[in-house]
Amino acid sequence: MYAVNFLILAALLFAIGVFGVIARRNAVMVLMSIELILNSVNLNLIAFAMMNNSPEGHVFALYVIAVAAAEVGVGLAMVLMIYRNRRSIALDELSVMKG
Amino acid sequence: MLAATLSTGWFLENAWLIPLVPAIGFLFIIFFGKKMPQNGSEIGIVSIGISLAIAIGATFQWIDRVNSASGGGEHTATGFFGTLRAIFPSATETGEHAASFVEPVVKSWTWWQSGGLEFGLGQHIDGLSIMLLLLVTFISFLVQIYSTEYVSGDRRYTHFFASLTLFSAGMLVMVLAENMLQLILGWEIMGLCSFMLIGHWWEEEANSRAALKAFFTVRVGDVGLLVGTAIIFFGANDWAVEHGSNGFSIRGISAWALSGEASQSVLFWGGVALFIASIGKSGQFPLHTWLPDAMAGPTPVSSLLHSSTMVVAGVFLVARLYPVFFVGFDILDTSVNFITIIGGITIIVAAALAFVQDDIKKVLAYSTVSQLGYMMLGLGVGAWLPAVFHIFTHAFFKCALFLGAGSISHSGSHHSFDMKKDMGGLAKKMPITAATWMVSTAALCGIPFFSGFFSKDEIIDNASHNGYQFFYYLALVGAFMTPAYMTRATYLTFFGKPRGAAAGEHHDDGHDDAHGGAHADHDDHHGDAHDDHGAHDDHGAHHGPHESPWRITAPLIVLSILAIGSGYLNAPAFGTHYFTDWVEPVGVEVALDDGYDYASSEDEHASVVLAAVQAEETDGYSSEAKGCGFADPADGTVCYAPKLSHATFSWSKAMPSIILVFAGILFSAWVCMGIYGDRKNPLVGLTSKFAPARWVHTLLVNKYYLDHLYEKIIVFAFAHPIAKAAYWVNQNILDGIVDSVGRGGRATGEWVYRNVDQRVVDGAVNASGLAASEGGHALQPVQSGKVNQYGALLFGAATVGAIVLILVNI
Repeated sequence: MYAVNFLILAALLFAIGVFGVIARRNAVMVLMSIELILNSVNLNLIAFAMMNNSPEGHVFALYVIAVAAAEVGVGLAMVLMIYRNRRSIALDELSVMKG
Repeated sequence: MLAATLSTGWFLENAWLIPLVPAIGFLFIIFFGKKMPQNGSEIGIVSIGISLAIAIGATFQWIDRVNSASGGGEHTATGFFGTLRAIFPSATETGEHAASFVEPVVKSWTWWQSGGLEFGLGQHIDGLSIMLLLLVTFISFLVQIYSTEYVSGDRRYTHFFASLTLFSAGMLVMVLAENMLQLILGWEIMGLCSFMLIGHWWEEEANSRAALKAFFTVRVGDVGLLVGTAIIFFGANDWAVEHGSNGFSIRGISAWALSGEASQSVLFWGGVALFIASIGKSGQFPLHTWLPDAMAGPTPVSSLLHSSTMVVAGVFLVARLYPVFFVGFDILDTSVNFITIIGGITIIVAAALAFVQDDIKKVLAYSTVSQLGYMMLGLGVGAWLPAVFHIFTHAFFKCALFLGAGSISHSGSHHSFDMKKDMGGLAKKMPITAATWMVSTAALCGIPFFSGFFSKDEIIDNASHNGYQFFYYLALVGAFMTPAYMTRATYLTFFGKPRGAAAGEHHDDGHDDAHGGAHADHDDHHGDAHDDHGAHDDHGAHHGPHESPWRITAPLIVLSILAIGSGYLNAPAFGTHYFTDWVEPVGVEVALDDGYDYASSEDEHASVVLAAVQAEETDGYSSEAKGCGFADPADGTVCYAPKLSHATFSWSKAMPSIILVFAGILFSAWVCMGIYGDRKNPLVGLTSKFAPARWVHTLLVNKYYLDHLYEKIIVFAFAHPIAKAAYWVNQNILDGIVDSVGRGGRATGEWVYRNVDQRVVDGAVNASGLAASEGGHALQPVQSGKVNQYGALLFGAATVGAIVLILVNI
């Protein structure tokens, strides 16, 4: 099945994204990794939609893209504010949220 | 005679409104009285006035009904004038025909049901109840008008009128009672109201004691009423239900008692129990002791109590259930019975006590007791109608006498009732009061041509006529004593030299306060006069004896006119017997249709059958020799009243009592002038010279030691050990139970506190709190604030979740 190729690609992208989220210190890189995860999910949705010949998966993918855009907007704004206050966006130096 | 249709009318059909209106008036006075411009007295007067109007209407329609029954329906009275014409037909016309049965207007509504028994409320309107309805509403109306003046300024003015109105309502409920339960209801309402009214000025301890005494003494008799009602019910119910009624219905009981199927012993013991109730309520010997003490109440109350309500209730009970007593006590077949004994003793005993009283109201109280003895004696000797007629006439003159005494204390003797200390010579100062007093006294004494003569003489005459010779002489002795003590009272009050307050003297030595509680502001004013000697004479002129205002004198005048006039309704000396025609139930056999429900008298058909039976009877055989009460009624018929004969009046038979009356007056006047006046006579100082006379005097002053007997001996002997035993039981048993229950409860509570509350409940709460706290501390390091760690946790958790999902799905 050629759909397996899509799924393998998506899984790879997902793994790379998760690695980025956990391992990178740069906040912008973490945001980009999240984008990777979201897009891997989009890839899965479209792959399954093609498999099942139904349009719902496409619609969902479009939604996810829109939500991801908004999320990145908010995330970048936060990163910008953190940079303004601290002159750094290194996440390992940030522990204000410590409970 | 055939097919006489009984006339009826709105007032007769709706006579039950008569007690209802004052009862509603009572509620209005209680709730709104204080806000009214006259403090509620106007509601009382208006409600009694409405009742009076209905009672008058009902009286006219009843008379119409009686005439339509006896006159064969020849006239059809329409409207007021038609009724009037019907009321006074010529004497010959009413005298000729044989009296025929007049169906009472009976109505009943179910009050409550229990165990298959229906307890009704309703009306039983016959001549007796019509007479008393009119009498009670009329007297109550006058007394209320009088009271607006007499108790004006009283601190419990509104409550006084409320009680007075309810009191009348209670009597009215009783008078038109359709069954025994309703009768008991009215009876008890009166008992309660008499307690409230006698103790109206309860700030004085003597007054509240008198109220309690009245209440408890009457209650002794009330036990008899309940027991008697129960006995009669169980005796009568089976028979009465078979005949379309029940054992509480007055008609049912009457018919049963005369049916010949009633057990003599049930009737006897039921009659004894009911008569004990009458003894208590009507102040018969030996339970009369509460009546003189009841004088502690305001005078209008005494007047109402002693004329038409309360004390008459006992006589009414006997008159109402007369068949029970007639058969139970073998009246007319014996020369002595329970009722005559009690009545006879009461006449003499009470009259003797009236001689030694200094309090004018107590003289009148004992006089009432004595006259009630006459009524009982009359009922006991089979003189039903004269006894009932004596209720009627006695109400007017005794009410006038009491109101007169109140008028004297209000305006003449500065709230004192002491004849020896504060009265004398008042005839000139209070002419209207004196004149009405004289007329009423003459009526009470039985002087010819005054009302008392016509009623009392009939009782005495019938006692002899019916074979009660001993009681005939006893009644004659009473007829001598009555004018004697009344002459003494009249002499002390209105003649001789003015003394004390009647002479314009002021004294604050306490005893005028006994009845002056209501006049506190009056007395304060009076005290000022004492301090200010310069103005003393002016105040003396104002406070000295003077005639009372019109609201007091008007009722007096009306009543004294009736004290003369009411006797002519039934004056055999002049051939009038309206009262007999209208009031006396006719003792004839009445046909009883099968299934005829005589709880509702609407059935015209029954009247027709009834008339037919009567016609047959008048033609027939047995009507002369025997009759109701002497022979059992024929099949299918019942009797509601015994057939009583009346002694025919003649002046020669009346002579002994007339002579004795005048002898009493003259003898008493002679003695009084000797003792209280200036004249010398050999009887002065008799009590100090002659030992037996002194003993009698001491005995009388101490009221035969009956109060001592009741309070010191009976109460001490019975109530004291009972109280002690009750105290012991209370302390040792009841308190022991309560204490141990309390201790047990306390121990249980402590155990529960220690084990359940502290350990289980608090333990659970504390443990959960501790667990949450420790859990929080344990999880705290996870919240590092590092985004990467959060991400790692998130994906780690997602991975674990995914693995679990896969494992579950496999």
